[in-house]
Formats: sequence, structure tokens, C-alpha cells
Amino acid sequence: MKLGMVIGELHRCENKLASHLAVLADRHRTDHEIHHVARDLITWSHQHIRQLSDTGHRFGLNLAQEPGRDPGLPRAVREKLSHWFGCRPEPGLLLLADLRHLHLVAAEVSLNWELLGQAAQATKDTELLDLTTRCHPETLRQMRWANAMLKVTAPQALTS
Amino acid sequence: MAVRDGIGEPWGTRTPYEPGEQWPVRVDGFLDGGLDVSEVDTWVPSASVLHSNGDALDIAVKDGRIVGVRGRAHDRVNRGRMDPKDLFGWQASHARDRLTRPWVRDGGRLVESDWDTAMDTVVARSTQLLNERGPGAIGFYTSGQLFLEEYYTLAAIAHGAIGTNHVDGNTRLCTATAAAALKESFGCDGQPGSYTDIDHADVIVLYGHNMAETQAVLWERVLDRMAGANPPALVCVDPRPTRVAEAATVHLAPLPGTNVALMNAILHEIIVHGWIDKDYVRAHTVGYDELEHLVRDYSPERVSKICRVPAERIRAAAEVIGGAQRLVSTVLQGYYQSHQATAAAVQVNNVHVIRGMLGRPGCGVLQMNGQPTAQNTRECGADGDLPGFRNWANDSHMEELARLWNLEVSRIPHYGPPTHIMQMLRYIEQGSIRMLWVSATNPAVSLPELARIRSLLSQERLFLVVQDIFMTETAELADVVLPAAGWAEKVGTFTNADRTVHYSGKAVDPPGQAKPDLDILLDYARRMEFRDKDGAPFPSWTDAESAFSAWQECSAGRPCDYTGLSYAMLRERGIQWPCGQDSPQGTERLYEHGRFFASPDDCEDYGHDLITGTPVEPTEYRALNPDGKAIIKAAEYLPAHETPSAEHPFVLITGRTLYQFHTRTKTGRSPQLNEAAREVWVEISSEDAQAHGIGEGDLVEVRSPRGRVRAWARITRIREGVLFLPFHYGYWDADGEHDRAANELTITMWDPVSKQPLFKTAAAAVTRVASGQGPAPAPTTTASRPVDPVPETTGGESALVCEVFTDGGAA
Repeated sequence: MKLGMVIGELHRCENKLASHLAVLADRHRTDHEIHHVARDLITWSHQHIRQLSDTGHRFGLNLAQEPGRDPGLPRAVREKLSHWFGCRPEPGLLLLADLRHLHLVAAEVSLNWELLGQAAQATKDTELLDLTTRCHPETLRQMRWANAMLKVTAPQALTS
Repeated sequence: MAVRDGIGEPWGTRTPYEPGEQWPVRVDGFLDGGLDVSEVDTWVPSASVLHSNGDALDIAVKDGRIVGVRGRAHDRVNRGRMDPKDLFGWQASHARDRLTRPWVRDGGRLVESDWDTAMDTVVARSTQLLNERGPGAIGFYTSGQLFLEEYYTLAAIAHGAIGTNHVDGNTRLCTATAAAALKESFGCDGQPGSYTDIDHADVIVLYGHNMAETQAVLWERVLDRMAGANPPALVCVDPRPTRVAEAATVHLAPLPGTNVALMNAILHEIIVHGWIDKDYVRAHTVGYDELEHLVRDYSPERVSKICRVPAERIRAAAEVIGGAQRLVSTVLQGYYQSHQATAAAVQVNNVHVIRGMLGRPGCGVLQMNGQPTAQNTRECGADGDLPGFRNWANDSHMEELARLWNLEVSRIPHYGPPTHIMQMLRYIEQGSIRMLWVSATNPAVSLPELARIRSLLSQERLFLVVQDIFMTETAELADVVLPAAGWAEKVGTFTNADRTVHYSGKAVDPPGQAKPDLDILLDYARRMEFRDKDGAPFPSWTDAESAFSAWQECSAGRPCDYTGLSYAMLRERGIQWPCGQDSPQGTERLYEHGRFFASPDDCEDYGHDLITGTPVEPTEYRALNPDGKAIIKAAEYLPAHETPSAEHPFVLITGRTLYQFHTRTKTGRSPQLNEAAREVWVEISSEDAQAHGIGEGDLVEVRSPRGRVRAWARITRIREGVLFLPFHYGYWDADGEHDRAANELTITMWDPVSKQPLFKTAAAAVTRVASGQGPAPAPTTTASRPVDPVPETTGGESALVCEVFTDGGAA
């Protein structure tokens, strides 16, 4: 059984997604919708992390309940930088890059949920299947959000 | 006949009626300075422009000046009645400080100029920006107070001739969520219900809608039902002790920002008790199972802790709503300007959809508007929508629009939704929008976080054009100011919140060189030499009536069909759209027999994820709703983004009072209205006032993380922990610092679906500054009624209004 491996990998990816959302929220504080919605979306990843940790015990895994710490610059520094650079055009491009990256990370998470869902069906593990049915749609919504915001902000950022 | 104090008795004399009867006529009239009716030269038909209700009235003219108004007896909307703003607001037209000439900035100062200089300056900058940076460098921000013909012309110029996607209106602040919620639930904008549903209802629910003050004449309709036999039960959701709350059978005062939780609890109760129309749900809807699943977690007990409302009161409200045979629901800013705006407003639609209460007498949803012509901004495509409720993501709709305008389809941007004002501001901040043309609105007072707005609008690199009737706070920041003709000085049509279209005639000449907005826009188009694909001038129309004809063609076959209307018909009375071949008398209710305008080929919008705001893709929508049924969308409650803290322990909400409108450009110049509410106040509960050592009329300072405001304290029965500030008070008639406008305090955040800014969820603190000179300058007749007695608000001799009770019509 390699289920434990998938769960562990998913736990790692969800952490990565949560920290990317946190970075996005802090770095683009002056893009208010991005900032606030990204903060809301982190909650889903945090819930996934906790539920994966609970499920992990059944597979002999000891995964952290709480999300890992943000990488990179401290949050306060990122927020300050976002204010300083708020009225220059470059943040438009930076936002595109960050959204693009977020989409890729979310896609990775989504693929892992797909794998876990398939495995849960094959092993008739209904508890695990419930977990994927609950969580995977939220990952897809995170991913689609990144895509949609990219679509809306790209024309102005790339042609002005 | 009766006489009333139009200020002190704003809702007039009761004319009780029973369910199913026609609302009796009561004609209100007011003439200046004791003039007699016989002395009036002419009466010119119009409707009110200082709220969204659309009260039909005649303007009295003597010697080339407006001298008064009277209600139109046979109009379906008001049956002769007028509210205080209808009665007295027209006086602003004759104010001495009207703009009478264009102004152009020269060496840092605005100086008086002429039309050629002003327009050539605008044309030169437009041309330069189009050549150097492209259409994305130009944005338009319009209003909810111009006429249909003007919006359609603006939409054609901006979307078509210039080809910019940056077009929005201040309707974003008032009605964007109404439109968004209708699109989410029914695939298309368009008010489902009718004011006449009040005549039949046995239950009326007002969600965040202080109807007594925002649509005072409609409230009279409710009061008259309440005074008659078999009155309806009222349910009110509002944190303030409004007149609606006082009249309600059940009043819920949830903590601001928790509307979705409350709605989910109400839906939970309705579903648990089986108060649903299963046949209707099966035949006419998609998405029910998801709703049933989601609201399972929202018991009244759990939600009572979120909203801080007793569980039994939530149950009582649900029982009234669930037991209704003929249910009318109305929604306004308490939902639209609050956290999770669209998600909450959609849940109101859901109540009607699962109960099968749509498209029948007394069964209607009224997702209200805040402004008189907001409906036209929406349908004409001047505010983030496209003309005729066309879907930007549907290529065939865009080809249709291009055919109507005789333009290449590629010229009309449709790679995304039109840019909303808050995003435009971001582009201005970043320097990619270099020209903003503002018409008939005052963002320097009305948008959130004013310190930011002022700094953005006064940037050197931004070319700001302001078209208005007064030198507003925004106009003072402009590079070019264009003097516009106002209501009663030009011809056009406009549509109220229940789809009633009114004609508005020209009663008097505009002052000085002021011109109708339509003429200004067409003059711009001619000077810019805009052409269609055959080289003919674009837009092709030349005046109001030809603009109306062009619009009729654009509206054909769409839900907002105007093809059966004409100026001649509308001079007689207001008529509800759609009015086409099949409905020559107009249409009272939309969605009869569960037929919607939601099929994938017809719908205006494919909808959004209510939490993230992500648009639904066309293919997804086609799979979800192939047969064009009503769409039931569920949403989980999320906590607000700014919640009270130790430093800012209150929730601040902003809003209106009966006697003022917007930033008081007109009502502040109408003596009776201005006197009734002349200075800013803040409402606070007795408990909170006591805890902070604040007495009635004391001067207090209200602070948020963004700024501070000084206001006079009014102690009311508002819910504890909540402060209310009226948003009308700016700086045109004040000296000194920026410490008066409520929007100094509000947060920059908007609903991710409707993009409506949230004016009702900021955290704030309050401290006493000094004792006052008497009671706060807030009206006593309204939601600001004090706990302790103070002298009543009255209008005195100069506000006497004549009421005539007759079906004859003449006052």
C-alpha cells in the first residue's frame, strides 16, 4: 500500500499552497480583492492540512496538525514592500507571476487529490473517499480563482 | 383635502386598503411661496430623481422658473404621493452656485473657460493617450442619475468608439449586488417583482432595507396596507431601530457582516419544516441538493452565536416567512454593502425559489436600487454590464452588439468583464489609466477610504474630467470641469426599481452655458471624429429621441425590451418593461410560470463562485443549466475581513437619512431638507454611550484604522457595539480639515462577485471630545429618533404640503 505516501505528499503540497496564498495576500495588500480573498482561501488549505493529519494516523503517519511557517521574508516586511511599491506599474507584472505560480501549485495539489480519490475507490476506503470528495472541490476552486484573476488582470498589466 | 408638514410628517395621511384592492389615490402638491395653482404657466411630466422609487410628478413652471411639484394621480408607482425629497429637492436647480461655464486647469488653478477650449483640451488628451498608450489608458465613471439616452450614448462611445473596457458607474456603490444576485439566480438582470405585489402580500420581509427612508412612498404603500383590513406581517433585518423595525412583527438585528449566516439559518428552518414547493423546485430549478446539504449545519442555535440574535427570534422569523402564502421580499444596502453581499442577496432569492413564490400577485423579490436611474446604467451598459443585458462571454451576443453599432466586433473589448471602479482606481494608482471622465457623481466623498481617493484623483499624471451641475469636491480636483444641465432642464427617460419607465420633460432652460450630458457626449464624439465601419459618424444618433430609438433597437428581444414604448406613451404614464410586441402594455411581473431568461444562449451571465468570485465558464454553465432554469446557489458563512478589536471595539456602518441624498449636492441646497438634517451625527446605543461617558449631542471623535471623523452623538436604540454614520456630509459647505465625511473611515474592500464596496463592516472606536450645544442635529422622525425626548423635527410654514384625496387627479 502506497496510500501513506500520497497522503504525506498531499500534506506537503497543501502546506506549500497555504504558504503561497499567504505570500500572495501579503505581497499584494494594495490589490485589495487579491489580498482578502487569498486570506479566505488559506482557511481551506489549513482545514485540509488538519484533516490529512487526522487521516494520516490510520496509515502510521505523524503529520503536523498546524500548517508550516511561511518561507521567505517576514510578513510585516512583505506588507511594507507592497505599500511602497503600490503605485508603480511593476506590481501588476509581479501579481501575474504570483498568480501563475499559485495556479501551478494548486494544480499539483489537485492532481494529488485525484490520485488519493482513485486509490480510495480502489481500496473501498469510504472514509478516505469522503475526505477527497470534501476537499478536492475546494482545491479546484482555489485553482480556478488563480486562473480567473490572471485572466482579468493580464490585459492591463501586459499592454499598459 | 388635508395639509401636512412635509418634513415633520414625511409619510402623510393614511389611505387604508385591503389585499387585492387598488392603492387609493392621494395627490400631494407643493408650490413655492404660497402660489396658487391657477398662477402656474405649465406642468411638465417627470419623476423623482433623489431616490430609486420613481415617483411620478409634474413640475410646475412660472416665468421660466420651477415653482413647485405635484404627484401624478394615475401613475402606478406613487398614485399621486411624494416624499420630502420629491417635494423640496427641485429648489437646488435654481441655486446661485450652479456651474454655468466650463473650467480648465491652468498653471495648477481651475479657471473659467469656454466650451471650445474645454472640449479641445479633452479631445487633445484623449487622442494623445489613444495614440501613445491605447484605449486601456482611458476610463469612464458615471452615475445612477443621468438618463437612459445618456448612458446608452456613453456606453457606445466608451465600449464601441474608444474600445476601452474601463466603464463603470457609481451604481457600483448602490445596486451592483442587486444586479449580481439576479444574474446568479435567474441568469439575467431584471427585477422579478412589482410594487403592486405589496397590494397582495400577506408577508413582507425587508432585508437590510430601510424602506421608510430610502423609498418613502413605497413605505406609505406598506403603511396603508398595515392600516387596512387583513394587514401583512412584516419581518425586518436591520441593526438600527428604523421605522420598519418598529412596525415589524419580528425584528432581527444581527451583528453587521453576518447576513449569510442568518439567511442560512432561515433557509435551514424552511427546509427542516418542509415549507417548500417540491413540484416547483423539481420543475424549475437546479442546485437544490447543494443548498439542502449546506444549510444543514446552520441551526438557529449555532447561528444565534454568530449573529448574536436569539435563536427563538430566528425561528419566529422563519416561521412567518415559511407560513406566507404571498411573500414579498425586498433587499437593499444592509445586504448589498455588507460582507458577503452577493451570497446573502442570493439567499433571499433562494427563499422565493424553493417556496415557488415568484411571478404571481403578491409573490415577488424586489432586489432594490439606491438611485433613480441605476436600472438604466445597468441595462444600457454604462456600469460594468453590456448594453441590453448582453453577455460579454457569449460571442454571439457580442456580434449582435457589433452589428447594432456597425463596428467590427474586435473593436468592442470582451475578453473579460468591464473593469469595476475599485479596479480602475488601482490602475490609476499604478499609472496605467491616465484619463478618467467622471459624470454626475462625486467619488471624492462617496468612495471608501477618502484619503486614498483624494491622493489618487489629484495625481499629476491623471487627466481628470468632471461633468456635473455643481463644483463638487471631485470637480475641484479636475483638469477640466464641464457644466451640465440637470433634471427638468433636458429631455429623456429613466426606469425605477420595479422596471417602470418614466419620461422626463424639459421644464426650464439650463443656467448659463450648461448643456445636457447627452449633448456633451455627442459633441465629444463629433470632435473625436468617431466613425463606424462604413465611415459614418458614430454614434449615429443626434438627440434624445433618436438615442431612445437606437436604444429600442438594441433592447429588442432582450428582457429589457423597450420596443413597444414611445415618448408619447410615456408622457402619459409610467410603463414597466418588457414592453414589446407581446406585451404592449408592459409587464407587471417577470418569471411567470417558472419561465426564466437563463438558457445558456440567452443569459446575461454564467454566474460566479459566490465565495471566490470566479466566473463560471460557459461550458460549465451549459452542463449545469442546459434548460435555463432558476439556479439555487448555496454559500458558507465566512467571518468579515475587519472585525472589532480592543483598539477598535465597534462595528461602523454608514448609510442614508430620509432628508438627504448622496453628498447633498442637491438636498443640501434645498432649505427645508437641509434644515431637517444639517450636520453630521453618529448614532450610538445608550449602553455604549454610558460606557464611554457620552451624552446626547456631545461632540465625539470616531476613529478607524484609516482616519477620523468628528460628529455629534445621537443616542438611539441601535444595537450595542454598532455605530452608524450618515455618509452625506462632505466638504463643499464645511471649513477646515477632512474630518466630516463618513468615508474617511471606511475600508477598501469589495464583494468578490458584485465588486460592491463594503461600507458596513469597518472596525471603529469612539471618544468624547466636548459637550454639545443641545441635541444632535439628527432627525427625530426616522431611525435616528433619540432615546430621550428632544425637540421634534418639523418643517414649519415653509414646508406645508397639500394632500388631495380624489381619483380626479388635479391638485
